[in-house]
Amino acid sequence: MTKQDFSTPKINSLPGPDDITRIKLKNGITFLFRPNMNSMTTSIGGYVQAGSIYDPQDKLGLADFTTSTLMRGTRTQSFQEIFDSLESIGASLGIGCGSHTAGFGGKALAEDLPTLLKMLADVLMNPIFPKQDVERVRSQLLTGLDLRAQDTNDMAMLDFENLLYKDHPYQNPSDGYIETIKAIRVKDLANFHQKHFGPKDMTLVVVGPFEPESVISLAEEYLGSWLNEDQADAMQVPDMPHPETSIQKHHVIDEKSQTDLVVGTIGPSRNWEGYYSALLGNSVLGQFGMMGRIGESVRKQAGLAYYAYSALSASIGPGQWMVSAGVAPENLDKALDLIKTELRKFVDQPISNEELRDVQSNYIGKLPLSLESNAGVASALLTMEQHQLGLDYLRNYEKMIREITPESILEAARAYLDPDRLVISSAGPKL
Amino acid sequence: MSLLETIPSVFLKNGLEIKLKEIHSAPLISSWIWYRVGSRDEIPGKHGISHWVEHMQFKGTEKISSDDMEKSIARTGGVWNAFTYLDWTTYFETMPADKIDLALELEADRMVNTTYDEKEVESERTVVISERQGRENSPGFWLSEALHNAAFRIHPYNHVIIGDQVDLETIQKNDLNRHYKTYYSPKNAVIAIAGDFDKDQMSKRITELYQDIPAGDDPPRVNRPENPQRGEHRLTVEGPGETVLGDVVYHTPSASEPDFFPLLILDSVLSGPQGLNMFGGGGISNKTSRLYKKMVEDTEVVVDIHGGLPATIDPYLYTINFILHPNSTTEDALKILDGEIQRLQDAPPSVDELKRAVKQTQALFAYGGESITNQAFWMGFSEMFANYEWVTSYLDNIARVTPDDVQRVAQQYLQPKNRIVGIYQPHEKGNNNQ
Repeated sequence: MTKQDFSTPKINSLPGPDDITRIKLKNGITFLFRPNMNSMTTSIGGYVQAGSIYDPQDKLGLADFTTSTLMRGTRTQSFQEIFDSLESIGASLGIGCGSHTAGFGGKALAEDLPTLLKMLADVLMNPIFPKQDVERVRSQLLTGLDLRAQDTNDMAMLDFENLLYKDHPYQNPSDGYIETIKAIRVKDLANFHQKHFGPKDMTLVVVGPFEPESVISLAEEYLGSWLNEDQADAMQVPDMPHPETSIQKHHVIDEKSQTDLVVGTIGPSRNWEGYYSALLGNSVLGQFGMMGRIGESVRKQAGLAYYAYSALSASIGPGQWMVSAGVAPENLDKALDLIKTELRKFVDQPISNEELRDVQSNYIGKLPLSLESNAGVASALLTMEQHQLGLDYLRNYEKMIREITPESILEAARAYLDPDRLVISSAGPKL
Repeated sequence: MSLLETIPSVFLKNGLEIKLKEIHSAPLISSWIWYRVGSRDEIPGKHGISHWVEHMQFKGTEKISSDDMEKSIARTGGVWNAFTYLDWTTYFETMPADKIDLALELEADRMVNTTYDEKEVESERTVVISERQGRENSPGFWLSEALHNAAFRIHPYNHVIIGDQVDLETIQKNDLNRHYKTYYSPKNAVIAIAGDFDKDQMSKRITELYQDIPAGDDPPRVNRPENPQRGEHRLTVEGPGETVLGDVVYHTPSASEPDFFPLLILDSVLSGPQGLNMFGGGGISNKTSRLYKKMVEDTEVVVDIHGGLPATIDPYLYTINFILHPNSTTEDALKILDGEIQRLQDAPPSVDELKRAVKQTQALFAYGGESITNQAFWMGFSEMFANYEWVTSYLDNIARVTPDDVQRVAQQYLQPKNRIVGIYQPHEKGNNNQ
């Protein structure tokens, strides 16, 4: 039997400059649109410069609290009216808080795009933070923090970031702490909104079965008149040096069966010239197949963990390069040793040509899958805009991936990973 | 890419059922193979064996090693995974269309040729135990486990799919191999493939790959129907933390029973629209559902609430789960929940509420239909508890539900004597740093 090719050679669906519309609305909002005439639905996405890096120290969680309260009422609509409009047409809209930006995303049947955009505009521009609603959200956030305190994964990660980004804006959790959430007043939310929500450096993306002119006109109609003279400029964050020596901390959470472990260090930012080398290298280290070399060693050979992988998290400022695993408490040291051994190997010797070919074809092959849905395309367009990758990014992608070499991966690994200078954070039962 | 198109099944002589759907919107193909085996087929002492066999399916065959298996799929950029549920176990690959043959060959091979090596079994034992221990870290897991034990005294839905720790420690290689040989055969499987291919060409290839595999015997089934419950059960699970969680579960009919559709609408009215799609689509929020409005907004007895009605072969459970508000009590929350259920039993929902449920269902269908993976998923999934007509007639069946139907099923099924109330009760604070 011979391998068979079932494909029909006519589909080229990679978005590019000829089918992506990118314009500035009259108030400066960057607007991107890509048609998908085969679809019955639409997806929107975007961000404003209102992330948790703007939280004051005594009110950590303020950005998250503000975004969580935007949909609790506007000048013209109550919480129930907002959700009645959305849910009665089967649409969804959500707003969440990242470190640099507050991001939003929504979905609707295509004919309901005007309702979705109108709702987005109203909750971004006209929230009123009703006192009773603010208290309701506060209770929800505080309960979320109680649950976080019992979550070994969350707590290992929280301590990891706390130690890794000492005295840096990324040090603090975006959902804050119980005492800081309790300290936030209604006026803090309103002030944060006034200072950070506005059209400056905002991006909006729409994907769906429309002509560009009609979507631009809708975006102008609902968001093009938004002005905010008080809006602060986007903040630049400083670089972060690597830890000078390894730091280890265990967070005790009693009566847990498993310990979650996070080991890592500072990683590159998204715009670092060696980013793609680090990305492909990370895949070899702890992603490819069943979680790369880390998975092979910790899960497959030693049987120590159900999950063991590495992750590269790169955005605007200093990123993270880390390995995570969930292990039985008595196996923590053993797992840590295996992870360190793999890290050492990774910075000592270049990966093989076969490993490189594997991860190159993986990254090239998975691109169409990530762009299958409208939401996937919207997400790609947002990444392209946020990091100024260019409208031809997806079409140049294969070439960029093919240019990576074992040597460039080794160089990227050595620039960031030092097995003797790691932050090691774990959470679980007492050791 | 509608989910509503009828897809006839084709059967090979050995009993293998095949469903194929051409979709030419992207150069992708999603291939699923479904086996009629799940935790329902497990006896005491072997709880968790179906899930463990699923893990073993990634350990390689004589023809292809575990390592080559993983790498050959990953090299294409494709995604693959497997899931074990109450009634079924499934394996899928979604890949670039020109590479899917790798997956087709792989699935045909591991239907009958997986190797059971002692060392691999032992290595996987600790991995599966680790998976269970990871879940044990979540309070909701303990609650769910206790609820299943309480809800099903007789029926094998009485244990969690991951299995009991004691069984995971004692199941042996021969047990696993026997389970595999018993349930993995063409006669007990459904192949569902959707995407960018020519149906005739694909059909020919599947036939070529599977026609020589012996049909296998009819696998044994545990036939132990649950007796009707005679009175409300209440249970408490204690553990660390500060947050009280509640699960209220009602015995409900199987997905193929006519009452399943009014119950789906009931769920939508009470706790919000159910996500139908395993892949893609996303959900619709439930802020205007009756329980959210009453319990989260009006009375603030809980901080969040959701419902769910899984589609199963045998009668299973409608679940309402909530996170208690720190200033409230379990009894307050249950009283208000019961008040809302009583309201639905006393008067049918409004026509507008039903219209909304139908529109939400249509939207969820449209979202789900955009993913090729989801399209293939639904073709096989529905065959596990009914047939694909269940999907294609789904919207019609939903639209046919009347307000009186919803009231009737509320009266019939949402009775205290038909439910189990489970509470996760924190007993102490347990955090400090080292």
